[in-house]
Amino acid sequence: MIAPFFDSGAFSETASIGVALVIGIAFGWFLERSGMGSARKLAGQFYLRDLTVFKVMFTAIITAMLGVFWLGRFGVLDVDRIFVPETWLVPQLVGGLVFGAGFAISGLCPGTSCVAAATGRIDGVSVVAGMFAGVLGTGLLYSKLQGFYLSTPRGTYTLTQLLNVSQGILVFVIVLVALAGFKVADMIESRAAGPVSQ
Amino acid sequence: MSAKPYSNPYLAGVGLGLVLLSAFVIMGRGLGASGAFASAAAATVATAAPESASANDYFSRYLSASGSPRIDWLVVELIGVMVGGFVSAWLAGRLRREIERGPRISNSARLRLAFGGGAVMGVGAVLARGCTSGQALTGGALLSVGSWIFIGAAFGAAYVVAPLVRRAWI
Repeated sequence: MIAPFFDSGAFSETASIGVALVIGIAFGWFLERSGMGSARKLAGQFYLRDLTVFKVMFTAIITAMLGVFWLGRFGVLDVDRIFVPETWLVPQLVGGLVFGAGFAISGLCPGTSCVAAATGRIDGVSVVAGMFAGVLGTGLLYSKLQGFYLSTPRGTYTLTQLLNVSQGILVFVIVLVALAGFKVADMIESRAAGPVSQ
Repeated sequence: MSAKPYSNPYLAGVGLGLVLLSAFVIMGRGLGASGAFASAAAATVATAAPESASANDYFSRYLSASGSPRIDWLVVELIGVMVGGFVSAWLAGRLRREIERGPRISNSARLRLAFGGGAVMGVGAVLARGCTSGQALTGGALLSVGSWIFIGAAFGAAYVVAPLVRRAWI
């Protein structure tokens, strides 16, 4: 059987909920292990004191990207059946800017705020509550935002289509850029004053 | 028990990447976090005011066909995130009731910034259709153009805004 397994009917909808729990536990485990449940550590990214966020995030992205590429190449994963987030150019640009501002102000992102809250950090609980309020409020105003929300749709639109290069070359270049980025990150950290202090 | 130091970021990153890859292979979808908040918000509105929830084109997609709350994959996944984070911190001696902040800000000011920043992030996550998990990690690994726009915009804005809230940390 070729992966992904769920839409091949390998297991039921009910079982997929169990899969969600197991995958979530593993996700939370690695976030906590790397220190991404700590707002102090995350904020260090934005003052160039501690670049753990960059290192963890880009290592994860290139690991999964290489996995998808090679599993697809070996024919064990049908890449076309993986759901790729669709592109909406302007809403995602504006949403990204607003999101980044909130990230810098709160010191945590949605997933890491849940880890912070689960490990006893009250500021994490506060971010979770704020995030809920923000999503609720925006959702309630949706009828006024709908025109903007649905503007500039591009459907499933990948960098290989945009740049008109083969997936293999793009993956290779992204890995090289990430490795160079890690080298720069290590240099910045060795010159910095250390993690943001308490 | 004293707290153990955090893992090597590259090792933890590979672990995180393999979790994301497992989600692609097993489920044909990636990870997420903000979608679970949207589900929870939709369920709240559906409970408090069922008619306005099903009339709302944003919330209705997170509800069942009859307009009632349903068990969402991302909500269960995010509950898992909290369990996994808790167990990891517990085993490493890192469970601690505290408010993380810098030396020049009060606890209450830090909590207000946390709430306000969280609310701003919520607005952004709705517009961008995801957050650091659903867009940056998942869409980033799948080479989605919109996701890479999100990554650039989010980190760019964070570096512009961070000096304004420097007092909270340094």
